[in-house]
Amino acid sequence: MRNSEFTIKKNQRIAAGMNEMILQVPETPEDEEMLRNIRPGQFINIRIEGLYLRRPISICDWDAGAGTITIVYKTVGRGTEAMGLMETGETLDILWPLGNGYALPQAGQEAERRTRRPLLIGGGAGVPPMVSLCRRMIEAGLQPTVILGFRSEEDAYYQDRFEAMGARTLITAEDGSIGQQGFVTDAMRTLIDSDGACAYDSVYACGPEPMLRAICETAPETIPGWFSFEERMGCGFGACMGCSCETKYGSKRICKDGPVLERSEIIW
Amino acid sequence: MVNGRDVDMRTSLCGIELDKPVMAASGTFGYGLEFAELYDINVLGTFSFKGTTPEPRFGNPTPRIADCTEGMLNSVGLQNPGVDKVLEEELPELAKVFHKPVMANVCGGSPEDYALVAEKLSQCDQIGWLEVNISCPNVRSGGMAFGTDPKAAAEVIGAVRKVTTKPVIAKLSPNVTDITEIAKACEAAGADGITAINTLLGMRIDLKSRKPVLAREMGGFSGPAVFPVALRAVYQITRAVDLPVVGCGGVRTAEDVLEMMMAGAKAVQVGSQNLVDPFACRDIIEALPAAMEKYGIKNLREDI
Repeated sequence: MRNSEFTIKKNQRIAAGMNEMILQVPETPEDEEMLRNIRPGQFINIRIEGLYLRRPISICDWDAGAGTITIVYKTVGRGTEAMGLMETGETLDILWPLGNGYALPQAGQEAERRTRRPLLIGGGAGVPPMVSLCRRMIEAGLQPTVILGFRSEEDAYYQDRFEAMGARTLITAEDGSIGQQGFVTDAMRTLIDSDGACAYDSVYACGPEPMLRAICETAPETIPGWFSFEERMGCGFGACMGCSCETKYGSKRICKDGPVLERSEIIW
Repeated sequence: MVNGRDVDMRTSLCGIELDKPVMAASGTFGYGLEFAELYDINVLGTFSFKGTTPEPRFGNPTPRIADCTEGMLNSVGLQNPGVDKVLEEELPELAKVFHKPVMANVCGGSPEDYALVAEKLSQCDQIGWLEVNISCPNVRSGGMAFGTDPKAAAEVIGAVRKVTTKPVIAKLSPNVTDITEIAKACEAAGADGITAINTLLGMRIDLKSRKPVLAREMGGFSGPAVFPVALRAVYQITRAVDLPVVGCGGVRTAEDVLEMMMAGAKAVQVGSQNLVDPFACRDIIEALPAAMEKYGIKNLREDI
């Protein structure tokens, strides 16, 4: 973990209530090292003038060559509203990278052979971490399928980003205004054919907890899964025990031992 | 005298020397290990580790954190692995990275609980002081219930006093009419020092849901906003009892440390600030010599 000052390169609206911010990482060897070692699913914790606690936002993607990190945030309260008003050139005090992130299957391992066809599911503000996860999986030679769930067409974003990476991308909208009408679990059901053969062998998800739970209940019991959880945090780096949750392997801190939990340890 | 290099930051607490007057407050520094990954925590005077109970505790349901103007609420509820695991796992790990006496924060649901934890922790050589937490607002039994009644406070301090030869420091709650009454009761029961203050009971309501932000509804308020309250308590207590006082509450800068010491504190704890700035303690200590010099303080023991 480092405390760095990032510079805003871009801050723009990409869907109803959703902003994308591109941040320039300082050009120091330490920061560049950090940038190379980010894992999909990790987050940054942003200090915002006038607010006491930092605001945790998940990392969408990064570009080690350009020295940038992209975050996508939903304007839901004072912190994200203030972020929405920030302009190019302004700087942010950031603790990063935080959390465990998604474990990518290591090449050559048994787990890697069993999880060649991962299913990535992002719901609403849970879409961003799927971007870098999908990119890294494609770079590793895996064939991810992506499901993006939104309420309505005006909330939808990034479909093209996943398609451009070459991932099969399914969209659902609760009101049917775009893609398949319904929830991400409705799209999941289309990935199992009439013989019961499943088009995916592992599942990675981020989004609201009821969605995560529904995904867990819909995915075949035998496949592994990794789910990213949200909780109100104090510090973001494991010191305050504010965001603890109980798992089958004991209590875990969402900020440090998570936010990604393994399917088999989750107590719903 | 340039760059504050010639100042003397040493102080002492209950007969144990501290090379710096600054320590991290309980509940904001875990058992030190998260911070030891970030910087050499030996720069601290010491720290008070996470409140420890006889059995492991998960604490209260989440959400148990809420942001406030210049502060925060927490209703963690003393989550900790239990005294046995602390002795077997946390403290041996700590000993590898921290080479000074550490302050143990002792909690329980009854005087017997406190005594049990205190007795077990007293066996650990690295523990310098036992800070008895009779002021946590986030537990149903024990905690603040003891620290808001002079008789109950004395009972807990007395029970701990009997089982240890280490200095016993009572950590007091500000949620009382007269904090000096509690301090006097602790002094009479054998306390060697006082930490003031723990968090103030507070609450927030979410405008959209119209419900309390915290699952437990109320929690402990801390952060820079409480600094004047803490300072006032330190000032009152140092004039009411003949015990060293550790000032705690809302400390954010080296100037806050000096102000706390001018109110009478022998040492100063930094709490919530560690959570928003993990380097807060280190940076405050680095800034202290220059601040001392600015206000004409060469020696913390004599010039305040």
